[in-house]
Amino acid sequence: MSIDFCGIALAHPLVNGSGTFDAIAARRVFGQALDERFPFAAFVSKTITLRPRTGNPPPRLWEAQAGMINSIGLPNKGLERYMAEDLPELARLPAPLIVNVMGSSAQEIAQLLRACDARTEIAAIELNVSCPNVKTGLDIGADPQQLATVLGQVRPTSSKPLIVKLTPNCADVAACAVAAESAGADAVSLINTLRAYAPAPPHTPGAPPGPWLGGGTGGLSGPAIRPVALAQVAAVAARVAVPVVGMGGIQTARHARQFLDAGATLVAVGTESFRDPLAAGRIVREFSQASAC
Amino acid sequence: MPAPFERHRLTVTANEALGAYRVLKASDPGGPPTAGQFAMLAASERWGGGEDERPFLPRAFSYARWLAGRSEVPPTSDRRRSHRSPIGGEAHFLLEDVGPGTHRLCELQPGEGLWALGPLGVGFKAPSGGRAAVLVGGGVGIAPLAIWQDALDSATVLLGFRDAAHANGADLCHNAQVVTDDGSCGRRGLVTELLEEHLDEEPHSTVYACGPPPMLEAVRALCAVRGIPAQLALESGMACGFGACFGCVVPTRSGYARLCVDGPVLDAAELERVEHAGGHTYDSSSEPVLEGSP
Repeated sequence: MSIDFCGIALAHPLVNGSGTFDAIAARRVFGQALDERFPFAAFVSKTITLRPRTGNPPPRLWEAQAGMINSIGLPNKGLERYMAEDLPELARLPAPLIVNVMGSSAQEIAQLLRACDARTEIAAIELNVSCPNVKTGLDIGADPQQLATVLGQVRPTSSKPLIVKLTPNCADVAACAVAAESAGADAVSLINTLRAYAPAPPHTPGAPPGPWLGGGTGGLSGPAIRPVALAQVAAVAARVAVPVVGMGGIQTARHARQFLDAGATLVAVGTESFRDPLAAGRIVREFSQASAC
Repeated sequence: MPAPFERHRLTVTANEALGAYRVLKASDPGGPPTAGQFAMLAASERWGGGEDERPFLPRAFSYARWLAGRSEVPPTSDRRRSHRSPIGGEAHFLLEDVGPGTHRLCELQPGEGLWALGPLGVGFKAPSGGRAAVLVGGGVGIAPLAIWQDALDSATVLLGFRDAAHANGADLCHNAQVVTDDGSCGRRGLVTELLEEHLDEEPHSTVYACGPPPMLEAVRALCAVRGIPAQLALESGMACGFGACFGCVVPTRSGYARLCVDGPVLDAAELERVEHAGGHTYDSSSEPVLEGSP
């Protein structure tokens, strides 16, 4: 089952979706078992930004039909403290490390990429482009031309493999993937969560209806989005030559196989890990049993 | 002690009415929890397909009791009557049917499967400096106080409920003083009134509280004014229970804390105030975020 992904040797095709597994917290909770039974072939960290972010005010979660809506707001301690405090902890994991970063301008992204480039603990960088451009207000990854421009400026700042985490909240995700590839992306990953809204429960009589989530809108994930994810992964894989990391509602080895059949090289488990921290381990086991048949 | 790095399928051993609540009991191969710790629970069958096709995520519940020594393998002739696990102990959880997740859990019958991840989180710490323990609970929030009372040599237990049917839940604890909102059982009033009177007489105390946010805020404010240490078991909707989702944060003096890994028991001094997350009522403090219906 071993796989070459952008020159990185992986034991199997299952990784985690960024922001769905905190290996440092998990080590606190599960102890040594986390490292002994680590289920992912590579670990993708949560999104790191240049400056610290506190994240969105609660409530941050809502349960949807076969899924959930989150409005977490990318809380993180910022690049400097991440590099000093978290990276040494994550480097102890028995899997290559992919660091996910996000910036609101080419300058910010370049700074993040340069910092990652300097660290040998980091095998690859994933760039979250679901971030509004400070200049245009438009999500950097939502428009092919804008994405190509920003990537063209930041690509030379790191020689590490660069994965672009595409946003599904755009008109033509395949066009964005093509733009990313042409601007030097070594791989693309998708889908991120779908923008979603949960109305507040009518607990206050007479109160106007409003959003439940503290951040206003959130992102839908879980099995509810799997058919959308499969369609987008297939559309992207048909248009690009670089490897595709497919994700969206994967709960079983059969689902993982569907994404690989749609053209993905790797698949990521996200929301299912919330329901069972070792869900990915179960999927890998099911997957290797099925492959052996 | 670290939690098992995998959810386990427990077998339900009993589902008993306790007034307006249910006590769900399940064989538990895991180690004993610390009082105040919790488990993420989901029915192993038909988790989903309820109102709005929910539930989907597991639900967080404090351990209400944990009985060790339920480890003997039942004799063959008893197997049909006994669903006890061959190893470990028996975990008890207090449920109130307030939404699709709790509704499904309340339906579970002996012999059926229950997914559980736990014990998780940080529990209560013993009183120091010879202080007396005072346990203050409201509604379904009495659950962690029962297991804490089991662990303490002695404690004063003060409980508040909305009415007599809910006040039957007080049987989970021993020798509890009870008040109700409507006066249908015990005195009419708020549990914080009982606490105030008690602390007038016994100021050398540590207060342990779990219940709806307005009650916890009243306990926090009361203890802060008097300089009495308090530990509060808070609640929030959670997707994972092990620090992955960042969904269960509460504001503290040092920023947002994840209740699942930094709590659910927090020192009251860490809180400016207990925030009132919307959408739940006095007695349904269990899983307010996920169990309401938008």
